[in-house]
Amino acid sequence: MLKVHGLKFKYKDRDILKKIEIQINKGEILSILGPNGTGKTTLLKCIAGIIKPQKGSFSIGSKNMSHIKRNSLAKQISYVPQSSPSKFPITVFEAVLMGRSPYIMWRPSEKDLKIVVNVLKFLKLEEFASKNFDQLSGGEKQKVLIARAVAQDTEYLLMDEPTSNLDLKHQMEIMEVISNMVKTKNVGAVFAMHDLNLASRFSDRIIMLSRGEVFCTGRPEEVITIENIKRVYGVNATIKNNNGILYVFPDKPVNNKNSNLINKPPNNQAHSEVFYDSKIKR
Amino acid sequence: MHTEKIYTEYKKFNAKKVFYILIFTIILGIIALGALLHGPSSIGFKNSFTALFKETGIASAIVWELRLPRIIMAILTGCGLSIAGTVFQAILKNPLASPYTLGIASGAGFGAVLAIIFGGSLYSEYLIAGSAFFFAMLSSLIILSIARLKDPSPETMILAGIAIMFLFSSLSSFFQYIGTMEQVQEIVFWFFGSLSKTGWKEISIVSVMIFVPIPFLIKSSWKLNLLATGDESAKALGVNTTKLRMQGMIFASLITSACICFTGVIGFVGLVSPHIGRMLVGSDHRFLIPTSALIGTILVLVADTFGRILWAPQVIPIGIVTSFIGVPFFFYLLIRRTRGYW
Ligand SMILES: Nc1ncnc2c1ncn2[C@@H]1O[C@H](COP(=O)(O)OP(=O)(O)OP(=O)(O)O)[C@@H](O)[C@H]1O
Ligand SMILES: [Mg+2]
Repeated sequence: MLKVHGLKFKYKDRDILKKIEIQINKGEILSILGPNGTGKTTLLKCIAGIIKPQKGSFSIGSKNMSHIKRNSLAKQISYVPQSSPSKFPITVFEAVLMGRSPYIMWRPSEKDLKIVVNVLKFLKLEEFASKNFDQLSGGEKQKVLIARAVAQDTEYLLMDEPTSNLDLKHQMEIMEVISNMVKTKNVGAVFAMHDLNLASRFSDRIIMLSRGEVFCTGRPEEVITIENIKRVYGVNATIKNNNGILYVFPDKPVNNKNSNLINKPPNNQAHSEVFYDSKIKR
Repeated sequence: MHTEKIYTEYKKFNAKKVFYILIFTIILGIIALGALLHGPSSIGFKNSFTALFKETGIASAIVWELRLPRIIMAILTGCGLSIAGTVFQAILKNPLASPYTLGIASGAGFGAVLAIIFGGSLYSEYLIAGSAFFFAMLSSLIILSIARLKDPSPETMILAGIAIMFLFSSLSSFFQYIGTMEQVQEIVFWFFGSLSKTGWKEISIVSVMIFVPIPFLIKSSWKLNLLATGDESAKALGVNTTKLRMQGMIFASLITSACICFTGVIGFVGLVSPHIGRMLVGSDHRFLIPTSALIGTILVLVADTFGRILWAPQVIPIGIVTSFIGVPFFFYLLIRRTRGYW
């Protein structure tokens, strides 16, 4: 079980995340939802140890992970970025092999190579193995990045919008493959997502973030409600429940007259007013 | 595709890289031997060959005291500059980076200028080298401190490096303005680069300074591979990117400074050999570092040999010949590359 406690993160003096509490269970898919710029990516990066939060601790099991070495952390948590640039040419095989890095000093072992071969097969990427990563399509690249994280073979798997570049079939395929893996290998998976339908269908639990705070958390049908969508996204929507699977139909944005319904920024507004006042005085 | 096939394909792919490294080592050996046995002086192949093993007076002196040190120095600088270039390109994530990107050459140049103009009674070849080395390292230390103060991103480092480059270049120009005719001529000559004044003493100093950092850089090969996929990915895969970047910078600067402080600026080789290497073996640094080192070595050696022979007894400065040979070859590869690689 991975626990995040009292996590606070600032860029310069702008609060991005405020007091986040999260628990990630093994064998479970947890989706993080929320509008653009709420801090989903930032949250994943904090957990993956890519950026350092100003406050907060996190632990895996009973072990505090706050001061752990980067290489040891990489053996327990893998992270799939929203996109990954590659400045110099590498093949798909090499890209996936990089997932084994926490175990490689200088030279990958036979075991590492076997794992990579299996992962490529598992994600149906065999035919791309010796292609140049840069010359793949956006969706193919995304699959390769996912393959890399799978090859990393960690207990926890963080993915930032893993399906954003995938077509309908590949979205379903990837989500199926990962949810199978989560159950069979007892992995804890966290997805930052925008697709409410996909999230509600594949997640065991959902966290809805709004302006750097946990707005609500629970099972998909508890979180994805007309009221929450209106408050967090500012959109009127209808929701249909078809044999336990939720379908969200966005209707139209909430118009401005009712905007007091939308979750207000807690302190930013106050700030800008002060600023404005002082300017007028001059 | 069969899984067995993916596996063997990767193995074959790597075997081919090892093959390239072997081939280039052999080519280097042949060229070095050629350069040792043939030169502008009229002692001839056979005499040169016997002089290698027997004391034969003048022929021995030419082979042992003129040709061999020169060849070894060419190998050291070619190898050092290429490895430094490969590492700078990786840590700065910039294919245009070279050993001189961070103002290191301008720093060295300024050091040489100072020594030549103000050396006075202390003036000697070693004073020039020492001063060049000092200012080359100084420019890289300034950049490191700026990176520490602000953020250790490649962009910060490159921008700081460009600023340093302009600073030292204008300082050099300013002092040349003060210098006498002879001093200015010597400065110009220094900037062309030259292997003429190499002796065994210089060789031992340079060898130590480049062979101490090289094992470390080779050991970091895998981590350097990860840097190319972006800092976030690299961090998520367990690399302390800040530490790797700082260490890489210190070691690559040390190698660069050591190479150029005795020989002057030998341009282009550090930029181009990593690229040629990448075209041949891809960007796995475990293979790329040795390959580009060999290519750089061959390039400098060939350039120096041509420079000595073409217009004998005049010697065309190595820095100039390197570019004359390297640029057309590079263009040829650039246009010809057909496979999706590089
Ligand atoms: N490097 C940075 N420096 C300063 N502010 C940043 C930086 N990166 C992100 N931010 C800010 O932090 C906030 C949260 O960004 P984050 O990327 O976590 O959002 P997100 O929820 O992932 O959004 P999206 O759905 O668009 O991916 C944004 O307001 C963004 O402007
Ligand atoms: Mg994001």
